[in-house]
Amino acid sequence: MRFGIVVFPGSNCDEDAFHAAKDVFGQEAEYLWHKDADLKGSDVVILPGGFAHGDYLRTGAMARFSPIMASVRAFAERGGPVLGICNGFQILLESGLLPGAMLRNRSLKYRCEHVYLRVEQTDTPFTNAAKPGQVLRIPIGHGEGNYYAPPDLLKSLEDNRQVVLRYTDPQGRVDDAWNPNGSVNAIASICNERRNVVGMMPHPERACEALLGGEDGRLVFESIVSAMASR
Amino acid sequence: MRARVFVTLKPSVFDPQGKTIADALHSLGYTGVADVRQGKYFELELATTEAGQARQLAAEVADKVLANPVIESYRVEVGE
Repeated sequence: MRFGIVVFPGSNCDEDAFHAAKDVFGQEAEYLWHKDADLKGSDVVILPGGFAHGDYLRTGAMARFSPIMASVRAFAERGGPVLGICNGFQILLESGLLPGAMLRNRSLKYRCEHVYLRVEQTDTPFTNAAKPGQVLRIPIGHGEGNYYAPPDLLKSLEDNRQVVLRYTDPQGRVDDAWNPNGSVNAIASICNERRNVVGMMPHPERACEALLGGEDGRLVFESIVSAMASR
Repeated sequence: MRARVFVTLKPSVFDPQGKTIADALHSLGYTGVADVRQGKYFELELATTEAGQARQLAAEVADKVLANPVIESYRVEVGE
């Protein structure tokens, strides 16, 4: 299968995602420049972390106007799997491909550390290799990861089982002391109603090799590889 | 004509920056400042000289770009 990794000016986790897809998992991988419209036959599209367009105005606010995003939107509407990681999640929110918005972390600090995440949904192409309730240890690195949804939207996200990952303690219990940014309902990842578009603040591509301090991120890549193989 | 756009977080949305500024003011002794909400301010230089058109255009770009309607609201003023 082929991974397409979008490169915006200011993306800085594109090479990490490329490395994970190509070198760790032995899949094809292509960079997709933000000014192009061609997804180069990608089976899955990743919007990587970084600071697209400098994150001017709001995080992800400018990136949604990049030409590639029209192609990404059409790909998502055809049911193609799209994963937004960190800044990529913020771009999906600003693009309206996922609902809600990001606020500054409640501490106002940039948080760069490993966190614990409980897998809430396993029927997405990026979590199907997990067991429900499995706890993952994956790093974050962000200043604006405080996910916000107004009460009616939050209720529909929970009712439709669109919360994919939640920040928890090491035992998988939601506890405000283990919520690194103040996200409502400890939300670390959500999907769209169709479940093919997923955004997450943690960086699975930084946790695919023991050398990098953990391998729990492999699960996200193993999920999509197996989802595409069984198509 | 010039348009001014004020973008603020909706009252229901927590503003960690505003809270930090309020806390700092209280620690400086400004106990009369009950609360602070931080926002953004934009000045748009518009080609039109007609106030109604200016207001409409400024509101349109505020809706589409300057504000995120999920968390923010905005107010437009037009004039020199």
